[in-house]
Amino acid sequence: MTELTEKKLKEKFSDFITEVIYFRNEQTFIVNKSQILNILTFLRDDPELLFNFLIDLCGVDRAKRNDRFEVVYRLFSLKNKQSLRIKCRIDENDLNIDSVTGVFGTADWHERETYDMFGINFINHPDLRRLYMPEDYQYYPLRKDFPLLGIPGSIPLPKK
Amino acid sequence: MGLESAFGEGFITTQIDALISWARKNSLWPMPLGISCCAIEMMAAADPRFDISRFGSEVMRFSPRQSDLMIVAGTVTYKMAKVVRKIYDQMPDPKWVIAMGACASSGGMFRSYSVVQGIDLFVPVDVYAAGCPPRPENLLAALMEIQKKVDKSSVLQFQNNTMIEPPVVNK
Repeated sequence: MTELTEKKLKEKFSDFITEVIYFRNEQTFIVNKSQILNILTFLRDDPELLFNFLIDLCGVDRAKRNDRFEVVYRLFSLKNKQSLRIKCRIDENDLNIDSVTGVFGTADWHERETYDMFGINFINHPDLRRLYMPEDYQYYPLRKDFPLLGIPGSIPLPKK
Repeated sequence: MGLESAFGEGFITTQIDALISWARKNSLWPMPLGISCCAIEMMAAADPRFDISRFGSEVMRFSPRQSDLMIVAGTVTYKMAKVVRKIYDQMPDPKWVIAMGACASSGGMFRSYSVVQGIDLFVPVDVYAAGCPPRPENLLAALMEIQKKVDKSSVLQFQNNTMIEPPVVNK
């Protein structure tokens, strides 16, 4: 099944797949972020593949490597009992990526969380607000350069 | 002694402080602010085995306006801090606070950007109960410490507490 996924995806998006990784029977594609909407739509709608369930969507801060941020999409095919990971790398200077809420409605809050924690901007997201932190918070807590205990005084406490 | 014999049966003499403190300490109505796992132990303290009513505190009030002891049982995040403070402000004087467990006392294991490192940063705390979570006995011990503190208090001590100004409503 994994071979079929790879074959079909490479047929259609060969120019946009930078790497295919196999590790402990897990299949991962690293793709160009410009095609993420098309790739996810294709994987969802292809009658043989049917990756119709977005398990998770999250961000990764790769610290000092090139293309610092990564958005990870975990897909699952309920029909074929097959899972798949798609990764998009994002440069620090251009933190934009297309929102996939139009393909998978469940991505809504996942993308809000990723925006809240990493500051990645999801284009065309219906309601891109912070999910956990206060709305006027100015930092992104899961970035590697953010101190563990936070920035002192960045969230005001009530007066004693 | 002399007066009691003059008035006859049914009269005693005492200090008003002693009488009011005795009444207060044996009828502390807790505001159970259960915001994480410590709340389970707090509930256990109210069950027949530990029975907080032995100390006159079984009347858990879910309205701060009817309570005089706030038990902060759980992790207080920065977002929750405003709520905790608001509940404290709504309680009528005199009032006391127990910081139950490691999280409320010091942030506990959550040394993190989202968790307040001890509720004493924004409300005055009278007794800290150690434990993660504290056993019900420990909460009862904390309650007894509060009772000792109430017993020593004086009525006049609470006379000078300023009223809280009503919030300004934006027009």
